[in-house]
Amino acid sequence: MSEAALDVRAVWKYFGDYPALRAVTIGVARGECLAMLGRNGAGKTTLLKILAGLSAASQGEVSVFGAQGNSVDARRKTGVLGHGIGIYDELTARENLELFGKIYGLADPCRSAMAWLERVDLKHVADARAREFSRGMRQRLAVARAFIHEPSLLLLDEPFTALDDRSIALLQRLLAERLEAGATVVMSTHQLREAMELATHWALLVRGKLVHKDSRTPEILSDPTWVYRNYGEDS
Amino acid sequence: MGHVFTIAWKDLRSELRTKESINAAAAFSMVILVLFSFVLDIAGDAREFGGGLLWLVFAFAGALVLNRSFAREQSNDCLDALVASPLPGWSLFLGKAIANFALLGIVELVALPVFGVLFNANWLRFPLWTLITCALATWGMTVIGTMFSALTVNLRLRELMLPVLVYPMLIPVLMAAMQLTTALLGGEGVAGDDWVWVKLLIGFDIIFTSLSLALIDVILVS
Repeated sequence: MSEAALDVRAVWKYFGDYPALRAVTIGVARGECLAMLGRNGAGKTTLLKILAGLSAASQGEVSVFGAQGNSVDARRKTGVLGHGIGIYDELTARENLELFGKIYGLADPCRSAMAWLERVDLKHVADARAREFSRGMRQRLAVARAFIHEPSLLLLDEPFTALDDRSIALLQRLLAERLEAGATVVMSTHQLREAMELATHWALLVRGKLVHKDSRTPEILSDPTWVYRNYGEDS
Repeated sequence: MGHVFTIAWKDLRSELRTKESINAAAAFSMVILVLFSFVLDIAGDAREFGGGLLWLVFAFAGALVLNRSFAREQSNDCLDALVASPLPGWSLFLGKAIANFALLGIVELVALPVFGVLFNANWLRFPLWTLITCALATWGMTVIGTMFSALTVNLRLRELMLPVLVYPMLIPVLMAAMQLTTALLGGEGVAGDDWVWVKLLIGFDIIFTSLSLALIDVILVS
């Protein structure tokens, strides 16, 4: 079995004639937490969408735990939290989680749904429709939706954006638990401090090109902008 | 197949809670039937034009239901959550098609009695054949509509594009359904040359269901 959780080889993505990703090659080992950094438009979301099987690469290959990137086997092991929360407003919190529990083939989706509602502190509103929730509650429900099948690989696109302090702490705790359990995390973010607390590695994308990947050092943790100063466009 | 019914149940539950497309489709079909009952003041001749009128109403009302099928997944990027899950594309498509079929069936069930009363038409003379015709033609409309709903979901003008793309594709289904319904309303039943239309409906359903199932993954992953 391959040691790499993710293997991205020479991936290009074109939107029309514009190359959003240019020959991106990157490997992510099992248990690694990679913070993917870059300015707006650098290609972070595009790359995450390709890794999640939501978009096809124009050229290049992606493998997830040795399987083809968009295969059912790869998707079963992956949890995705993108810009949208992926929650149905007309369904209740419990119905939303049960739906995804069934889709991910959990043995007891009802029990898993209630357990996760308790973990994200939404058990008291389990039978309320998601449309009635505050933004923070919806975000917590989205986190439960992405984590319910205890994925081996988590792909998170700016997961800390628009979260309040309580939700950030919850997400960090859940991510730390998954990392302790041996899961792999790839997250794109602009909120460097929150991300770097968890990250074991970082990678920087500039205009669709991967310019650097390295392990996170204490230096970066104390001054996250160090990355941009040393490797960014203005360096 | 379990996933198919999970998706169908999810769509039906969402729609029956909001009733946003089914109310519009049912109301639209009522209004058209009532207006035509004034314009075509020839109640006794429903057997001449009834088939055409009914299926035009179903086709236009159906577009209102079908437009929402994949558009429903757009809020909160729910489609991304489904596509990133291990749910096979064909399960998602079939689940949505079954939900749309049920919703169109409800619209037809509401519209048929009103049509019968307003146009003095006995649509229950051949109940089994009426059911078969409605089921085959509605499935044909559903398959094409669901497929194009997936294709147009990311277009800004999808409400406009869906009918433009779907109606030309539906011409064979509508022709067959109109011919069969006219024969049934006329009291002749399905006999002789009418079998061609039955075969056309069956063939259309098989071909376009197979094509849709084969192509849906390509459509969902851009």
